[in-house]
Amino acid sequence: MTAAQAAPRPLPAPGAWRGAAWAVRRDLRLALRSKAELGVQLLFYVIVATLVPLGVGPDSVLLRALGPGVLWVAALLASLLALPRLFAMDFADGTLEQMTLSPYPLPALISGKIAAHWLATGLPLVAASPLLGLQFGLGGDELTVLALGLLLGTPTLSLMGAVGAALTLGLRNGALLALLVLPLYVPILIFGAGAVDAVRTGLGATAELSLLAAALMASLVGATLAAAAAVRMALD
Amino acid sequence: MTLLALERVSKSQWRGRHEIVVLDDVSFELDAGELVAIFGQRAAGKTTLLRIAAGLSHAAQGTLSWRGVAVAPLDAELRAAVTYIGHAAALKDELTAEENLASQTSLHAGSADSGAIARALGLWSLDRQRALPARALSMGQRRRIGLARLALVPRPLWILDEPAAALDAAGLSLLCGMIVAHLAQGGMAIIATHQDIGLSGPSVRGLALS
Repeated sequence: MTAAQAAPRPLPAPGAWRGAAWAVRRDLRLALRSKAELGVQLLFYVIVATLVPLGVGPDSVLLRALGPGVLWVAALLASLLALPRLFAMDFADGTLEQMTLSPYPLPALISGKIAAHWLATGLPLVAASPLLGLQFGLGGDELTVLALGLLLGTPTLSLMGAVGAALTLGLRNGALLALLVLPLYVPILIFGAGAVDAVRTGLGATAELSLLAAALMASLVGATLAAAAAVRMALD
Repeated sequence: MTLLALERVSKSQWRGRHEIVVLDDVSFELDAGELVAIFGQRAAGKTTLLRIAAGLSHAAQGTLSWRGVAVAPLDAELRAAVTYIGHAAALKDELTAEENLASQTSLHAGSADSGAIARALGLWSLDRQRALPARALSMGQRRRIGLARLALVPRPLWILDEPAAALDAAGLSLLCGMIVAHLAQGGMAIIATHQDIGLSGPSVRGLALS
């Protein structure tokens, strides 16, 4: 036995942050290389939020009442649209296998993937929402709360969706993912749209926004660990 | 001292409603400088055995030991000692050959030195494909990118699943040379293959699966 065998080689410091940074960098680069796919969610969001006012008609009271709900439902469905791609490609081409074997902790790599996924698919929705809210005649405060709510809510959707995406890896049935994830999305939808309504009716939105922030904090920890466990199960 | 040991490993998988025994009571040991070549037909359980040895999947029965200690799947010490190259090359079609190799290397080794990446690509005669997206590469070239990682990420145990598949004669002799050098330095390798890749010697053992 040689010296190299006797002492295990020094590991690259398996830092969680470096692992997450690796995954963020790689996934963002991949997302930017396939811009057509990247735009699909945003396009879907813009189309729905533009067609509804046209379909409902120019009743400003009705539009203002419908606006928050429609914008949130559209954001939620746009987020769902992007979910299957989160892990499926890496699962099929063996990257996920290599990620579990790397010295970095798997939850760190997974959370990096989720962060990149949100930056590529969630953040554009948040950025576009004030502009789309104008089409429903929402005022300044309502638009601020809408964007703030989406800023807190869409990462939660990505995180909880990631658990569903990891659990349904290798299954052909795409509808299962939606069935699994939608019940988890419902509270986020209720509080998100409720926050804008609360501002419109003159109540403060603090309670709803705090709940959205709490859900984000809880899923930041819980969902990454659950998704990593589900990925390990899928590979076994 | 035996470094890696699989003892009486069994595993079965569900195919629809039928449970099929994939591995039945397989054992082998591996010491520094040794190679185990696993032969067998398609669906003989070669990949399953390699995945268990790499710590990727768990054995239904039997134990996997590393440095004399029984380890669970995805054990941190075993993970840090293994390079596993499976069927899938883990390449991204959108990235170039160089970016793919750099990305894989930094995933496993923490960082990737661009000079070393360029040398490894040169060694596997991928100079001209360096800036091509992986989708434009042939199967053999994709396989070469995967194998180029062996020189960049120093690990004592190589686990290679059909490394000779899609590889031409020049690539095969390069691979064999690397394996011989690896064994000479006290490294270990487990290789699944359905063809004879031309390695022999006292440190090479065969294991046939049926």
